[in-house]
Amino acid sequence: MKLSVFRLSYWNRRGNSFRSSPSLDPTFDGKSPSSVFWFVIHGLCCLISLILGFRFSHLVLFFLFSTSVTNLYTTPFLSAGNGGVSQLLRLKPLETATNSTVKKNSRVVVGRHGIRIRPWPHPNPIEVLRAHQLLVRVQKEQKSMYGVRSPKTVIVVTPTYVRTFQALHLTGVMHSLMLVPYDLVWIVVEAGGITNETASFIAKSGLKTIHLGFDQKMPNTWEDRHKLKTKMRLHALRIVREKKLDGIVMFADDSNMHNELSSVLKKEEGKRKEKPSMPIQGPSCNSSEKLVGWHIFNTQPYAKKTAVYIDEKAAVMPIKMEWSGFVLNSRLLWKESVDEKPAWIKDLSLLDDNDEIDSPLSLVKDPSMLEPLGSCGRRVLLWWLRVEARADSKFPPGWIIKSPLEITVPSKRTPWPDSSSELPAAIKEAKSDTKPRGSNSKSSKGKQEPKAFNGVKVSTTS
Amino acid sequence: MKIRSCLSAILLFLFFSASSSEQNVRTERISGSAGDVLEDNPVGKLKVFVYELPSKYNKKLLQKDPRCLTHMFAAEIFMHRFLLSSPVRTRNPDEADWFYTPIYPTCDLTPTGLPLPFKSPRMMRSAIQLISSNWPYWNRTEGADHFFVVPHDFGACFHYQEEKAIERGILPLLQRATLVQTFGQRNHVCLDEGSITIPPFAPPQKMQAHFIPPDIPRSIFVYFRGLFYDVNNDPEGGYYARGARAAVWENFKNNPLFDISTDHPTTYYEDMQRAIFCLCPLGWAPWSPRLVEAVVFGCIPVIIADDIVLPFADAIPWEEIGVFVAEKDVPELDTILTSIPTEVILRKQRLLANPSMKRAMLFPQPAQPGDAFHQILNGLARKLPHDKSIYLKAGEKELNWTAGPVGDLKPW
Repeated sequence: MKLSVFRLSYWNRRGNSFRSSPSLDPTFDGKSPSSVFWFVIHGLCCLISLILGFRFSHLVLFFLFSTSVTNLYTTPFLSAGNGGVSQLLRLKPLETATNSTVKKNSRVVVGRHGIRIRPWPHPNPIEVLRAHQLLVRVQKEQKSMYGVRSPKTVIVVTPTYVRTFQALHLTGVMHSLMLVPYDLVWIVVEAGGITNETASFIAKSGLKTIHLGFDQKMPNTWEDRHKLKTKMRLHALRIVREKKLDGIVMFADDSNMHNELSSVLKKEEGKRKEKPSMPIQGPSCNSSEKLVGWHIFNTQPYAKKTAVYIDEKAAVMPIKMEWSGFVLNSRLLWKESVDEKPAWIKDLSLLDDNDEIDSPLSLVKDPSMLEPLGSCGRRVLLWWLRVEARADSKFPPGWIIKSPLEITVPSKRTPWPDSSSELPAAIKEAKSDTKPRGSNSKSSKGKQEPKAFNGVKVSTTS
Repeated sequence: MKIRSCLSAILLFLFFSASSSEQNVRTERISGSAGDVLEDNPVGKLKVFVYELPSKYNKKLLQKDPRCLTHMFAAEIFMHRFLLSSPVRTRNPDEADWFYTPIYPTCDLTPTGLPLPFKSPRMMRSAIQLISSNWPYWNRTEGADHFFVVPHDFGACFHYQEEKAIERGILPLLQRATLVQTFGQRNHVCLDEGSITIPPFAPPQKMQAHFIPPDIPRSIFVYFRGLFYDVNNDPEGGYYARGARAAVWENFKNNPLFDISTDHPTTYYEDMQRAIFCLCPLGWAPWSPRLVEAVVFGCIPVIIADDIVLPFADAIPWEEIGVFVAEKDVPELDTILTSIPTEVILRKQRLLANPSMKRAMLFPQPAQPGDAFHQILNGLARKLPHDKSIYLKAGEKELNWTAGPVGDLKPW
């Protein structure tokens, strides 16, 4: 309670140091011998405290007058205060005020109490374990009361290919998926066939994975790349169909960042698709949250300035509708009897590879059957990052350099122990040959004078 | 004809089966006589007459300082407003069971917003003089069928310091009246036997604005925000909270299960909803708005205050909802809390999730069924009918009008 401030300013408790119960010292009018006596003791204690540096009165009175003080640990003596008559031992029951009715004495006493501190302050590890078990149990109960009723399996389709920083981006997706509290099946489609690197990486996740290889290599133009990715996704959907996987299909690229993944999964119940929004792409709804159209980025103003090749510096145009924005029930893809499947979805086997499929909308005959999730795409967000690199970028496999390299260059500033202390001028030109390996840098950088570039000694003999 | 009766029978059956459908959230009803009492409707069980006092006792005080509407003693003002427009109010005092005096004794605030109780005894005395001289009902029973709302620290003892409050005792003129107060401690001078304990006022809209979805997992084990040492008034410790808060700090400041500090975070309410246990230790007085906040946010209150009497103790089974820890057991608080069986904890959480409990702790504007106003009326209704002995014969006097400190006798 915040009554402290006004107490200080309006009622000086400290001035009233002779805080006493009625039983001990009723009145102060007149110099009665007891008050003089206490005054003298008070002054004496003050002086001694000043000299000694702690509240002498505490100690004296504690030892002299201790009655039924059991098990009392006090804080260490604080700074020298006014050695007032301590109320530490006022543990006698307080007499009640004048009251005509007979009242039992309260066993709770007003006055100073000791601060109880146990001698071994650390928590008992068994109790900590028990507390954590309690937390887990409470959270489980919460989930069963307020969470998803019957969670469906989530099937995530990720097209990928081996490249320099594949590990980085795939880790991001992998960790997001590992955090999903529901059953997960991760279908990774790899362009250029199945490689050991990707396989070993995926195996670390501990998720159920299906690793598919796709025979074509990832092309270097954005347009072809999108087309190939679409084909890879369709390939994955065909596998879903063959294996009759049940659940909700989501598309997660390794260039994506997801937020609100779990709320999307929670809401998915029927055989619908949804479109979370990016700042420029998304569903548009009318007031009753029904889908009425799509927001599409207008690419016309950028027609001349778009990037064609992967590592160009220009802006990359998004495709009309990102695949990752759609979620669908896997049963739509199954090769089931005709009357069970809704009529508005095209059969996957009838789709030809040459067809122009650029978004999941082409799979659907009737686009009005889509349902927007995440409050019309406002709550669930998906970010596309420009993280793709060329498929032919060079980098050491697994980022491990086993044998010493042919070219070693000493660092400019710190003299390394097994190299000459001066830096011969000739070595500066040698630096220009060693591009930093396996990065996305442009080839033009190598010719510049490496001013801010401390040549890195890339030997691993240590 | 036969078909029609069959159809109607089937319809009736369907209707009844649909209405008893399962609840979505498993909350537990506080079964037994205690729990059902929360949902009693006091209308028709009692009649309250509201005295007309001059506005210097109520409206003028509020005009002088509108902060009285938002601090934790605002219950007295809202109770007045509720009674003015409530169906239990009667304008005929002869048929009234209870009489209410609209006086705001706690509305004298310092610049920092804390109430000064020094003039309250004189204000109360002057109000009682007024009603006893203008209406015959006070003298009829010497106030035994009157009730007053005194939500200050130590109730009708009208002081914030416990020793001084005990010295004063309950105002002599209020000895026979029923007091509706927030303070409650067993065998204490300032708690009369027939008093009704109410929760302190906590702003309902402010709390409701901070709700988070209930599926966010509770990940804090014990939560507390507040002072442990009151360095302004009690620098050495030991007086404030009888040393209990300081003991909590010294013993558990390094314990990772205890999220305790003196911070004032903006996410205070949200954090309470992410905690399993919320500590509600005593301060200068045993009651605290933390109890209300804990109940509203579903956090199990851990009450560290010896002999405390909690709000509406005859209607709410606090033993089943909260955990009581004696002040001398504070060093073993972690052992106590971790040794509670899981089933007991889950049951307490289910009881707390019951919306009737949350409603009973709040003073919403406008009043809603089951809220604290109605619980107060229920409490008053439970004390009816009045015993015949409260009616004094002519000329008989029980109260001593000159008792009490000399300063109280000055006119206000």
